[in-house]
Amino acid sequence: MNPRRQKRLIGVLSIVLLVGAAVWMMLSALSENIDHFYTPSEIINGKQGVTPKVGQRLRIGGMVVPGSVKRDQESLSVSFDLADTGPVVTVSYAGILPDLFREGQGIVATGRLAENNFIVADEVLAKHDEEYMPPELAEKMKGIKHVKPENLNTNQNTGSGQ
Amino acid sequence: MWKWLHPYAKSESTYKLCQTLLPWFSLSAGITLTIGIIWGLMFAPADYQQGDSFRIIYIHVPSAITSMSAYAAMALAAVIGLVWQIRTAYMAMIAIAPVGAMMTFIALFTGAAWGKPMWGTWWVWDARLTSELVLLFLYLGVISLYKSFDDKIQAGKAAGVMSIVGVINLPIIHYSVEWWNTLHQGATISKFSKPSIAPEMFWPLMLNLLAAVLLIGAITLKRLQNELLRREIHRPWAVKTLLKEGKG
Repeated sequence: MNPRRQKRLIGVLSIVLLVGAAVWMMLSALSENIDHFYTPSEIINGKQGVTPKVGQRLRIGGMVVPGSVKRDQESLSVSFDLADTGPVVTVSYAGILPDLFREGQGIVATGRLAENNFIVADEVLAKHDEEYMPPELAEKMKGIKHVKPENLNTNQNTGSGQ
Repeated sequence: MWKWLHPYAKSESTYKLCQTLLPWFSLSAGITLTIGIIWGLMFAPADYQQGDSFRIIYIHVPSAITSMSAYAAMALAAVIGLVWQIRTAYMAMIAIAPVGAMMTFIALFTGAAWGKPMWGTWWVWDARLTSELVLLFLYLGVISLYKSFDDKIQAGKAAGVMSIVGVINLPIIHYSVEWWNTLHQGATISKFSKPSIAPEMFWPLMLNLLAAVLLIGAITLKRLQNELLRREIHRPWAVKTLLKEGKG
């Protein structure tokens, strides 16, 4: 490689390195400042020593505690508990829940902290993991049997899955 | 070691190479795409959680992965163009750009269509989605920068620098699901561990990935040929080629 080419190659590489360093610093600064994301235990015990204030807007991510989902018969209102490793936070929401919302499912809710363990959410999003498998395999491996809500009653009589 | 590459700095030999490769790429892309889509959409089993809706994975994942590989290829062409000052490398760069942009758009579009029923939203400003959107803007930036110069050597240099700078975005897209709390899932397929997807779903996915790569290759080759002819329309080899193809 002749010296001129070498110079140009070094030039190109140093641009990439400089921009990379700049972007990296920007992103790390951003993630410290605008991350309003909490897990249930961070809401109760604090994240890096700071507990969120009542009235603050935040995002919470956790698992829906099985058996905690309470639906209002008259409206779309629903309330459920979220947990990760320890403490439980209750979330209330009025609206249509995503297809993947189930007990035991990971979800992310955005809303206002109304009490120190109670959140009024205006958006509920379901998160899923990176595993994909056919239903028969899931039943064998994990003992999971998913039944669509609309099939719930009829299936109890016939005893068959989907 | 790299001597065999030298002839391809000449536009005529590049054109001939494209001519030889193009039928193979088109044919294999057609075959793998047909089999892959039918296999994935009709014969692969449904997912235990998402049911049949998960089948959009067979379009979403191949287009998302190849949108990044196409960008890497474009940036590599730009490096070769800038360092060794080879015109055909700039032409290859600009031949890939719109194809990569198309793949990025497909990935974003199918992702939105998948997100609405499953997550509950078309769009969230999470790290993975945002960085993929930035990739689309980078492609569009490279294309429009190239278009805005009349001198195509200058155009190649400017667009080349931009595409090289944008390479920073590729690791950000890839690791976004690990570095931040994203709504988007983590990686299902990784080089170093067993994929978190059942084999009967994994293989059609791989076939569709191969199909996407071949499709990008085929379209890029054809675009590169057009670019070569357009730029060298007054040169004898181009006139000869055009006359021959016009007759045939």
